[in-house]
Amino acid sequence: MASTTRVLAGPVAPPAGSIAWSRRVRSALWWSLCGLGLALLVAVVIWVLEGVVQSAIPGWRWSIFTEPTNGVGGGLSNTVVGTFVLMLGVGILAGLVGIGTGLFLSEMARPSPLTAVLRSASEVLSGIPSIVFGYTGYVALVVGLHWGFSLLAALIVLSLLVVPYVAKSTEIALNQVPLAYREGGEALGMAKTYLLRKIVVRSAVPGMATGIIVALAISVGETAPLLYTAGFSNSYPSGALTHAPVPYLTYATWTFWNEPTQAVRNLAFDSSVLLVVLVLGLVLAARLVVRLTQRYAPERSRAGRGAARARRGA
Amino acid sequence: MSESKKTAQLAAGPNAPERERSLHGLAQRLLRIATTTSAVIPLGALVAMVIVLLIEALPAIRYNGWGFLTGTQWNLGSFYSPPVRTGGVLHPPDANYGALPLILGTLETSAIAVIVGFPVAVGAAIFIVEKLPRVLSGLVGLVLEILAGIPSVVIGLFGVFTFGPWLARTIYPALSHLPNVPPLDIFRGDHGYGQGLLSAGIILAAMIIPIIAATARDLLRQVPEATREGAEALGMTSSEVFFTVQFRWIRTGVIGALVLGLGRALGETIAVALVSGSTLQLAHNIYGSTTTIAAAIVTLLDSSQSDPTGFSTRTLSEAALVLLVITLAVNVAARLLVRRSARGAALPVGVGF
Repeated sequence: MASTTRVLAGPVAPPAGSIAWSRRVRSALWWSLCGLGLALLVAVVIWVLEGVVQSAIPGWRWSIFTEPTNGVGGGLSNTVVGTFVLMLGVGILAGLVGIGTGLFLSEMARPSPLTAVLRSASEVLSGIPSIVFGYTGYVALVVGLHWGFSLLAALIVLSLLVVPYVAKSTEIALNQVPLAYREGGEALGMAKTYLLRKIVVRSAVPGMATGIIVALAISVGETAPLLYTAGFSNSYPSGALTHAPVPYLTYATWTFWNEPTQAVRNLAFDSSVLLVVLVLGLVLAARLVVRLTQRYAPERSRAGRGAARARRGA
Repeated sequence: MSESKKTAQLAAGPNAPERERSLHGLAQRLLRIATTTSAVIPLGALVAMVIVLLIEALPAIRYNGWGFLTGTQWNLGSFYSPPVRTGGVLHPPDANYGALPLILGTLETSAIAVIVGFPVAVGAAIFIVEKLPRVLSGLVGLVLEILAGIPSVVIGLFGVFTFGPWLARTIYPALSHLPNVPPLDIFRGDHGYGQGLLSAGIILAAMIIPIIAATARDLLRQVPEATREGAEALGMTSSEVFFTVQFRWIRTGVIGALVLGLGRALGETIAVALVSGSTLQLAHNIYGSTTTIAAAIVTLLDSSQSDPTGFSTRTLSEAALVLLVITLAVNVAARLLVRRSARGAALPVGVGF
């Protein structure tokens, strides 16, 4: 009885000194192992970024932005243009299909086995290796439909590759729109399409934008699906949808490092830097979209979590 | 549907002109058609891909038989002799394909990637959620996204010029002098110049770390605060709290994350093609040069064009089909596992997933 009274009256947490020494050592060991994992991860990223820049510095020329590739030197301007053309096309194509899919899965369809199948198909698609996309595109579109190496074949293959990401982020963004917003709109007697357009989709735009930016970041960095669909050329993309190969940045990295002339080998490292800068820009853009729009977002449960964490202290 | 119809009528108002009401109906119908079409596209693409590959690969499957999965020779046959027909399949004489080196190379590099990458990724995720100040955890999230976003061809080039040679200079000499006892003796032998099985596996590890770490991090963030606090109130140290609460909570999901990363490693193409040495052979030891299915398709498709019968391309279709089946199985398993403990799928880059 006496001891119970003492415990009840005493401080809730036992003083730190009462935890056995071995238990504290074990705890410290565990957390330093986890911290080591994090340190390794961060070190790898810094090393890769540093290595990419270091390799490019010796042969760097600003004229790569004005001269096209020519096989023995030149620049990268046509590949930069080609990559942006591909980005634009993927943004439109994958954007439309992905947002459409997300809208359907979140707003139009009721939960049913069929919807589940469509959703899983999209998820499974995101797990298929990009070379399988590229190879099938080559067999079906480039050879099968006689399109040749072409913009359209590349766009279709790349877009299919990234549609699942746009669809998923759209669906998640739509699901996060508070029920009260919808109910408010319905209470005002809005038609479903009007409600979607004016309230639901508008609140989900940041999520959709992030999805498209992620899709762009992925498509910028892809090589395997493009090698046998887009082909390559030393000229600027002609704008023709079929029968005209498209140059792009990752091709330069993939092939030029093994070329006999130093000027061409340098281009491989230059294109690496451009690729990394592009992807970095897109990743930061996605963050910016979230940061800028979070201010207006409805209160999330995050606040509660933060408070709980603060209460827990160190 | 009657409910939304009612809403549509309400919006147009009972006295609104007939035209406006039908416009709302039309818009809704158009939207439904457009979104349904979009939603069917991923499924359609999936089915179309399987059908295209099957049709293309069928002759190769018939000619190569089961030997394709067990043979170690990759012999394109003689392109200059007149083609022969075996069982209705036209092919160059002496064509003989065995994909075992590719299949084994794929499995081995992916296994190394998971063994190396998984502990690092999960350790990092645990540290991010449990110990890192909030300000920094955002920054580290950015680092993860950058790692996920770095194009595989850039990582591959880094592997060829910087990372592989560094491994061969510093790590491999030490590894190859490990004691000659069973689990460690696989590291003994000629360690080469930094391109091969182990290098490819380590590069792959870096590429799958983001998806595993991001998934594990999101799982950890879903652990209920009250359960944790309860464990802390019992006087446990923070690592004991972790093993009694968080560990049990995320166990299944983290295995799912592992399998998700495995799926990514199996299908990774460009970086592996650059770092594995890209030779059609079984690796002679853990440092030996080899290739994977994905890397072989990308490097062999060019030369397969010179096969006048097209049989070489058909065999690559068969290889692609094998890869598709392996990755499909792995991904479905992963998604089932992750879904059992968490809603939604984790994506490699981006915020808010």
